[in-house]
Amino acid sequence: MPQHRTHDFRIVTAGDSAVVVEFAECIEAEVNGRVVALAEMIDTERIAGVRDVVPTFRSVAIYFDPLRTDFDRLSERLERAAADARPAPTIAREPIRIPVSYGGAAGPDLEEVARYAGMTEAEVITLHAAPVYRVYMLGFVPGFAYMGTVDPRIAAPRRSTPRLRVPSGSVGIAGGQTGIYPSETPGGWQLVGRTPLKPFDPSRAEPFLLKAGDSVQFYPTTPATV
Amino acid sequence: MAFVHIVKPGLQTTIQDEGRWGLQSRGVPVAGPMDPSSYRVANALVRNDRNQATFEITLIGPEVEFEDERLVAVAGAEFALSLDGVDVPPNAAFVAGAGSRLRFGARVRGSRAYLAIAGGLAVTPVMGSRATHLVSRLGGLEGRALTAGDRLPLGDMNRAQTGRRNPRPVSGAHLIGVTGPHAHVRLLPGPQRDYFSSDALDVLQSAPYSISKDSDRMGFRLEGPLLRHVRGADIISDATPLGVLQVPASGQPVLLMADRQTTGGYPKVATVITADIGIAGQLGPGDTISFSMCTPRDAFAALIAQERALTALEAAAAS
Repeated sequence: MPQHRTHDFRIVTAGDSAVVVEFAECIEAEVNGRVVALAEMIDTERIAGVRDVVPTFRSVAIYFDPLRTDFDRLSERLERAAADARPAPTIAREPIRIPVSYGGAAGPDLEEVARYAGMTEAEVITLHAAPVYRVYMLGFVPGFAYMGTVDPRIAAPRRSTPRLRVPSGSVGIAGGQTGIYPSETPGGWQLVGRTPLKPFDPSRAEPFLLKAGDSVQFYPTTPATV
Repeated sequence: MAFVHIVKPGLQTTIQDEGRWGLQSRGVPVAGPMDPSSYRVANALVRNDRNQATFEITLIGPEVEFEDERLVAVAGAEFALSLDGVDVPPNAAFVAGAGSRLRFGARVRGSRAYLAIAGGLAVTPVMGSRATHLVSRLGGLEGRALTAGDRLPLGDMNRAQTGRRNPRPVSGAHLIGVTGPHAHVRLLPGPQRDYFSSDALDVLQSAPYSISKDSDRMGFRLEGPLLRHVRGADIISDATPLGVLQVPASGQPVLLMADRQTTGGYPKVATVITADIGIAGQLGPGDTISFSMCTPRDAFAALIAQERALTALEAAAAS
């Protein structure tokens, strides 16, 4: 597996038609900022033979057609781009505001998260809706955004038994992460509320609500449950 | 507009094209054919473009009826095929008349066949592709496997398809990687080779793995020699390429296939080379697969050889 270690990142192969640029092995906004910047640079360059660019927490995967480009050519360009990739200023954009109906049938695990945190449901809502979250990456199903970082006081772990059906629009917590289920799927996150917004709708001109690097803030639409 | 009718659906018949590329950053799986070579052969034989939508047929084939006369071909897994009761050959094009019925009979070998029809299946593309992704219910016809009574619109035929009705006597059989119940594929190490014990690649090559019954278009759960993690069985989630072997804590690898999720949190020990993906795609539950390591040079040489043969077939079928 060819590797380049001349910088604080490395470039590894994943089979014969993908390369991965890996930054520091951690989930941090600064590292993810470089990931997003690099992915945007590659997208903008429209390099011949590149089929897909996938930013994740700390790495960017580049899928290519080996008949149109090769690892050596690609990694040379990626090495330069990765060295140049700097996170965009954090306050570049207003956060995307997402209405959430917390608790009750919309958020069946709010009570459990409150118990975990040793506080009232209203306090959990306040803490969940306070931060501006960063979208680190999308994955799992179309339009599912992994966001962080959840206040450690309410960072309840996943449910021990995942639900077979989580309704679309459900807003969940899994440790330091929060996210919105874009479609009805099985899922183990603690469901604290639900949003009427659709993170993914293939019939819309823009099917996706969120992308890696976006800022998001939730706000409660119903009075906090008692 | 002409249609093809599903009389009997078979076990799992879906619509596939080359896949929904470019949206993995938004969590959208690629989908596409499990055996890309056979898919491409089927399209070549009927003089379609290489990205036109075909049926992917799984283990038990369908019965379909054509509304108008079309050049058609079935490539990949071998089935007894009959058109209005008369045997027709696999891996070669034939003319199906208006109102004729093509019936898939007994499966001889392989798991997935591709039925290409001149003009292609003209269902409405979803985000640039007609490929069906079953789990997220995207693409194809309503994102699902076909059922009896479905009608699929066919695209307009090009001049090569309308001008000369009779197909060239060309066979794609030499390009079909259907090996029967056991297949051998080549691997490149990584991307997380360093998460495993130093003998992991030897272990992987030491004996065949069997494909468990919990295997589908997303991936094959393999049962065989255990792989040992040395840095834990969790990584910070990252991208999951086609053909990668991810290994959860159980030590039994999962081979990720066409409908895989875009990202995953298990370390990945090695990746099937692009040229051999179709060979793996012809396997089903109960079949076995063995692995050998190769070099990037071998992988590229195999891909070039395959591409030359496919291009030659496309030229011969179109001439």
